[in-house]
Amino acid sequence: MRYSAFGILKQGLTGNKGWKPVWREPEPKKSYDYIIVGGGGHGLATAHYLAKVFGGKNIAVLEKGWIGSGNIGRNTTIVRSNYGLDGNQPFYEMSLKLWEGLEQDLNYNAMMSQRGILNLAHSDGQRDAYARRGNAMLMSGADAELLDRSAIEKMCPFLNFDNERFPIKAGLLQRRAGTARHDAVAWGYARSADLHGVDIIQNCEVTGFQMKNGKCLGVQTNQGLIKAKKTAVCVAGASSRVMEKAGMRLPIESHVLQAFVSEGLKPTIPGVITYGAGHFYVSQSDKGGLVFGGDLDGYNSYAQRGNLPVVEDVCSGGMSIMPMIGRARLLRMWGGVMDMSMDGSPFIDKTGIEGLYFNGGWCYGGFKATPASGYCYAHLLATDTPHENASQMRLDRFIRGNMIDEKGVGAQPNLH
Amino acid sequence: MIINHPLLGPRDASEFTHLGDESMIDRPDGMNEGAAEKFHDYLYLRDNPAGKYRELWYHEAGDRSWLVVTRDTVTHEIFKVELARDVARSRGRSK
Repeated sequence: MRYSAFGILKQGLTGNKGWKPVWREPEPKKSYDYIIVGGGGHGLATAHYLAKVFGGKNIAVLEKGWIGSGNIGRNTTIVRSNYGLDGNQPFYEMSLKLWEGLEQDLNYNAMMSQRGILNLAHSDGQRDAYARRGNAMLMSGADAELLDRSAIEKMCPFLNFDNERFPIKAGLLQRRAGTARHDAVAWGYARSADLHGVDIIQNCEVTGFQMKNGKCLGVQTNQGLIKAKKTAVCVAGASSRVMEKAGMRLPIESHVLQAFVSEGLKPTIPGVITYGAGHFYVSQSDKGGLVFGGDLDGYNSYAQRGNLPVVEDVCSGGMSIMPMIGRARLLRMWGGVMDMSMDGSPFIDKTGIEGLYFNGGWCYGGFKATPASGYCYAHLLATDTPHENASQMRLDRFIRGNMIDEKGVGAQPNLH
Repeated sequence: MIINHPLLGPRDASEFTHLGDESMIDRPDGMNEGAAEKFHDYLYLRDNPAGKYRELWYHEAGDRSWLVVTRDTVTHEIFKVELARDVARSRGRSK
């Protein structure tokens, strides 16, 4: 069923009785051409582009729980392309362009809202670094503007301009950045993939890989053996646990990142704002809650919850840059499991095992990457060659010395 | 989390920084054959288990000792805390 304004009106006048389930719930077949392990944003996006753009047939997405139950349902919904390095920026700009056309592509309202992101700089050195990053963004075809203090005062009068220790010196603004409705992204991709014939199989946990002579022939699941010509793993925080079943050790640690939502407030924050002296980022949801976050807790965790010292750290960062939030009450908080890679950048690559592919290491930036990740992964699966914008996101880049380390902190996942 | 320091008793985890896997105690010998590959595995590859995990913590805001903490990454429960020095010595280091 294609969604339209007329359809909504018609359903509204007839008691909303005509809506149908958005995707099927098929039984798994004995074999597929492609199996995508992981029904999160990236997995569903991969299925969508593989079927729609690359003409893939006979595709299944296997999800251990329900689709969208992982980080696509647990993030702070920010979409942007403000990276500095060659291996990253063209990829994220491709992603932002796909975001801009996503709702038309999927015929689904993902509530994409390009309200801008403003990165604040608090020293001369940081301003220079942002100017450089802005130039890198412009060279990839993205938009970037360097704002001076008075322009920021006009745009965000509520910020703390009296802080002597961390004065606001400048800001890097990307107007095309913004936020999207995270769950709707998962549902929109799932619906579209399903309409293109992809079998989405929920409550189907992969318990092992079927290997023969160094080739991957399919997966063992709690619903039996399912064979596949190509098996594509895409499981974010569970990457190490799943790939261990194929005998692989990854350059990834799983860490917990917390996020917070305040009570609903009247519109007060124009876009996404990040604090450059502490780690704090905030936006306001359409319902009015302030959505914010900061650093990782810093230790390996699969718990999907963090601890209080980081709550205090994030909130004090917020108070430092935006004192007015001290009057708002915290409504809820949660944690997600991040697949933190050794240089802070992701992987979309073949593995050393024929027929087995890997996508992961998204750290805490996976949401914005969802469309390009799916597109480039589908490209890799369909053609066996990396997409040009993901050509540096390789598993062997560490031994070759070609790290993509945006932050420049080295092999220390909890600092990226 | 409370880390029960072997010398100082129970201390809040916020006094510590987290380095990572305990295997980093066993630094490869750079002069041996295949050292580049060994260093790659040592520096970049991780077991990353869900469950019991042995990891290095540094008591930065305390006595600056390195500790090996055995902790559950699913529940955050801490089972055992040792001085990294003792762990290294028990493997025949610094004799």
